[in-house]
Amino acid sequence: MSNTMMAEAAIYTRRNLEHIRQVPEKLINVTVQPLMFTLLFAFVFGGAIKVDGKGYREYLIGGILIQTIAFAMMGPAMSIATDLQEGVIDRFRSLPSRRASYLLGHYFAELLGAILTIAIILLTGLLIGWRAHAGVARLFEGFLLLAVFSSAMIWIGLWLGILVRSPDAVMGIGFIIVFPITFLSNAFVPIDSLPNVLQWIASVNPVSVLVAAVRTLFGNPVAPVTKHIWPMDHPVAASWLYSLVLLAFAAVIALRQYRERTTE
Amino acid sequence: MSETTGQLSRRDGGVTATGLGKRFGDLWALRHLHLRVEPGTVLGLLGHNGAGKTTAIRILTTLSQPTEGTASVAGLDVVGQAAAVRSRIGVAAQQATVDGLMSARLNLEIIGRLHGMSKANARHKGDDLLERLDLTDFASALVKTYSGGMRRRLDLAASLMGNPEVLFLDEPTTGLDPRSRGDLWQMLTDLVRDGTTIILTTQYLEEADRMADDIVVLDHGQTVAHGTPAELKAQIGDDRFDVKLTSADQLGPAVGALTPLADSPPTIDPELLVITVPVKSATRAIDVVRALDDADIEALDVTRREATLDDVFLTLTSTNRPTEEVAA
Repeated sequence: MSNTMMAEAAIYTRRNLEHIRQVPEKLINVTVQPLMFTLLFAFVFGGAIKVDGKGYREYLIGGILIQTIAFAMMGPAMSIATDLQEGVIDRFRSLPSRRASYLLGHYFAELLGAILTIAIILLTGLLIGWRAHAGVARLFEGFLLLAVFSSAMIWIGLWLGILVRSPDAVMGIGFIIVFPITFLSNAFVPIDSLPNVLQWIASVNPVSVLVAAVRTLFGNPVAPVTKHIWPMDHPVAASWLYSLVLLAFAAVIALRQYRERTTE
Repeated sequence: MSETTGQLSRRDGGVTATGLGKRFGDLWALRHLHLRVEPGTVLGLLGHNGAGKTTAIRILTTLSQPTEGTASVAGLDVVGQAAAVRSRIGVAAQQATVDGLMSARLNLEIIGRLHGMSKANARHKGDDLLERLDLTDFASALVKTYSGGMRRRLDLAASLMGNPEVLFLDEPTTGLDPRSRGDLWQMLTDLVRDGTTIILTTQYLEEADRMADDIVVLDHGQTVAHGTPAELKAQIGDDRFDVKLTSADQLGPAVGALTPLADSPPTIDPELLVITVPVKSATRAIDVVRALDDADIEALDVTRREATLDDVFLTLTSTNRPTEEVAA
């Protein structure tokens, strides 16, 4: 076993990137879909949603970013569920490589995909009038937070894919969980426009906190906080906490689930 | 790795298993398996579907944990030294395990690099194997466009990427046309000559007879016979008569009439209406014909021949359920 774990992970990453090259449709979820959402909200719903400050398009981008990254967990979940359903996993398991390297390979390839997604959304934003109003340090922190949150969602996706065993089930479960969580938040509408019960739900929803953090770091409008709980009052600190804890937790359970799944 | 270390490690290679067993729920898929495969020899694991062949292979290749017993491959324990075992073996599973979304060349390159080869070496070795397996023309095509036979050949190439000391082949010729099968046998013969130990499972007796130095016959997870092809044939008697009848309702009476001449229970092919009788030594053709005539049975044909591995297999694995076969 002469490869280091990182060298093995790089080899697996190469494999996953080749899959994307051969089946570019895999990226639709994280490229075309956010583009459609951006245009839909900017031009169709946007006129009806009132946000104080620099206008709805400045407000929207933070929401689109977090929503898309949350949905991006479906990609790794589908890929790994497909691998596990086919014989190819036995090939890798009979080769002298570590279990963790295989998962890391999926992770690195998906992270590159997430970076592409973020770039596409920001470019679209620039085209429709979104601007960042922040110094280099805050911008950098914003990108870093997005990368860490992406990482956490990718590991959640890997765990889900190992858990549910079939690519079709991944679609259903992912949609049912992610869709309401991202919409019951401040991602597209200001919280103060919601009925009181939903204001509570949206305020405790980590998605709202992350969206608020991205808006804060990029210097975009942050709608008024109606329920003063600690995460909503300190969105940046809370987002780092959420993302890092989620990342550590997801990586551990994904690895454990994979070990369990591949032991017979 | 230098040639010298390669040769040295080959010497203590081989495969052993002691009391190996695997239970899934209440069912023992494999039980009491004992193996001793000398380096540079071929073991054939023979059995029907569900006999335990694949379970045995999965344990020996570290993919599955034994419920009981121990096994070593290339002198290394398959449980305690699983990672080291993986660097010494090659596996071609029953289900092709190549990646459909990559070219054949990239499949092999990635496997070679996971074996610790440089990119250049992995490519070189991969191209060499593609050439030997007659896949060069399709080396750049996506594997999902491959036919079943091509996939199996690529799978075999994948299993050879790491220069394995011990090669495991689970029904390697299933889905291959006769020419590819012949090529594969030639290739395996070459590998064995170079010191590779091979364990192959098969349902084709011709394959076991031709390739294997030793044969283990499995049935319902149990070892029902173990020996060289010649020993197994000797064990069940040399000569047999194939008696072809004219109608199915004569099968039962014919078995009754021929049993006094038989060395072990006759086997029946109800579709071809053929009864195969392993006869006691010195039985003459005229004895068979008389026995049939006395019982008023009309036989279409009576043929004397030597036992084949098919007979070994049928005799050994059908003793558990002779009534079922007679009834059919």
